[in-house]
Amino acid sequence: MSDAAPQTVTSPRENRLFAAAKRLGTSVLPFVVVILVWQFASLFFPRFLFPSLIDVFWRCIDIFSSGAMFADVLATILRILAGLAGAFVIGGGLALLMVRSRAVDNFMSPILTLFQGIPALSWVVFAIIWFHGVEFRIFFIMVMTTLPAFTFQVLGALRAMSKDLMEMVFSFRPTRAKLFRVMIAPAILPDILTAWKVNLGNASRVVVVAELVGATGGVGYQLLQQQQLFDMAGALAWTLQLVFFVLIVQGALTLIENTAFRYRAVSERAI
Amino acid sequence: MRDTVTPLAAAIHLEHVSKVFGKAGTDSAYRAVDGLDLDVRPGQMLALLGKTGCGKSTIFNMIAGLTEPSSGTVRVSGRDPFREFDSFRGKMAIVFQSDRLLPWRTAIQNVELGLEMLEVPAAERREKAQLWLTKLGLGGHENDYPHALSGGMRQRVSIARAFATNANILLCDEPFSALDESTAGRLRAEFVRLVKENGKTAVFITHSISEALEIGDRIVVLKRPAKIAYDVSFDADTGREERELIRSRIGGVLAE
Repeated sequence: MSDAAPQTVTSPRENRLFAAAKRLGTSVLPFVVVILVWQFASLFFPRFLFPSLIDVFWRCIDIFSSGAMFADVLATILRILAGLAGAFVIGGGLALLMVRSRAVDNFMSPILTLFQGIPALSWVVFAIIWFHGVEFRIFFIMVMTTLPAFTFQVLGALRAMSKDLMEMVFSFRPTRAKLFRVMIAPAILPDILTAWKVNLGNASRVVVVAELVGATGGVGYQLLQQQQLFDMAGALAWTLQLVFFVLIVQGALTLIENTAFRYRAVSERAI
Repeated sequence: MRDTVTPLAAAIHLEHVSKVFGKAGTDSAYRAVDGLDLDVRPGQMLALLGKTGCGKSTIFNMIAGLTEPSSGTVRVSGRDPFREFDSFRGKMAIVFQSDRLLPWRTAIQNVELGLEMLEVPAAERREKAQLWLTKLGLGGHENDYPHALSGGMRQRVSIARAFATNANILLCDEPFSALDESTAGRLRAEFVRLVKENGKTAVFITHSISEALEIGDRIVVLKRPAKIAYDVSFDADTGREERELIRSRIGGVLAE
C-alpha cells in the first residue's frame, strides 16, 4: 500500500478553462483597479472632479439610446475611418512609387518627414484657414496627420520583402496583378495591419482635436459642450465612446491577424 | 570530349556572353562571366561545376532571364529569356538552393503556384499538385505550412513545384547542398529519375564533383571568371574506370 498523498487529477478541459479564466482575469484586472480607485475617489471629491462611475454608465446608456447623440458618435467614427482609408490609399500609392523610383523617394521622403514634424493642432489651424467645408477640413486633417506614418510603414514593408521569394515568384513569370496577389499583398499584410493599429490610436486622438475646433457635431464637439458645462460625467461618457470604438476595431484587427497569420511558427519559449 | 550542337538545335545557347557588375572601366567593376560560349542539347542534363564565386549563379540567372548579360547572346529555345521574359511562362522552372516556399501557403498551395500563373483551373491545379506531392512522398502533408516541414520535405515541395508546371527546361541551383548527405542522395536519385522520365532539359549547378557525376550526362567545369575549363559528356554505359578518370581530371582542373 502506498503512503503517497492522493493527488487531485484535473482533466485537460478543466486545465484549458482555468488557463482561459487566468488570461481573462489578468487582462481585466488593471481596468478593475482603475475603476475601483476612481469610484473610491468619487466618495471624497466633488462631482465635477470625480463623478460616480454609475452616473457615467447611465450617461453612456443615454448616448447609445438617443438617436441624435449616437449620430454624433457615428459621425466621428466615419471621420476616423474615412481619414485612415484616405491616408492608407494615398500613402500606399506613394510608397509603391517611392519603392519603384529613387527620384520619387528622394523627393517625397523629406516632404513626408517635414509633415511628420507638424503638430496636429497646426493642421487644424491650416485647414480652418484654407477650407470652408467642415467635413473636408476634418478629412484633410486626418489624412495629413496619418499620411507620413502610413507611407513609411508601407514603404518599409515593401523594402523588407524577401528578395529570394520575389525571385522565386518572378521565375514563374507572373502578371503584375498575380505578383501583387500571391507575393506582395501577403508579404506586407502584417505591417499594414500594424500600421492600421498604430494609426487608429493616433487618428482617434486627432479627430477629437479637429472636431473640438472646427466642427458642429461629433465626439469632439460634444466634449467641448461638456467642458463648458463643467460636466465631468458627460466628458467621460463621450470619451468612452471613442475608447469603445478603438477597442472594437483593435479587436477586429487582432482577429484578422490571428486568422491571416496562422501559418506562423510559434516558439514555445517567449522573448 | 567537348559536346557540340548547332545553335538552332540547342535548348540553351550562350554565345560570347559576358557579365560585368558595377560600372564598367572603374575599380568597382567585377567581371563575373567573360566571353562564355555554351550550348545545351534538348533532353541533356548539364552539370555546371565550379568553385564558389566562379560565376555559376550569374550564368544561371542569365539563362533564367533574371539578369541581363552585359554583352553576348543568351537564347533559350531560340528566344531571349531576359527581353522576352513573359514568353517563358510555364516553359522554364527553377529549383533554388534554398526551398523558397511562401510561408503563408500550405505545401499544396506552394506547388500550385506555377499552375496559377498559367491560369490552370482550380480543380485541375489541385489534382496536379496532389499528384506531384504524392510522387515525391509528401502525401498527407498537403495542408502543412512550410514551418511544419523538415528541410528535406520543404525541398521536395520545391521540386514538386518546379515539376508541376511541366516546363521543358529545369534550372537547378545547388538544390541539395543544404541537406544532409543521406537526404540529398535520396532526393538526387529521385530528381534524376523524374528528369529522365519526363524528358526535361536540365542545367544543374553544383560544386560537388560526385554530385555532378551522379546527376549530369555532361559536366562543364568553370574557372573564374566563368570560362569553360573542361567539358565532358558521358552516359549510362560509361564505365567505372572512365568515370574515375573524369573525376580525377575535374579534380585536376579545379586544383589549377
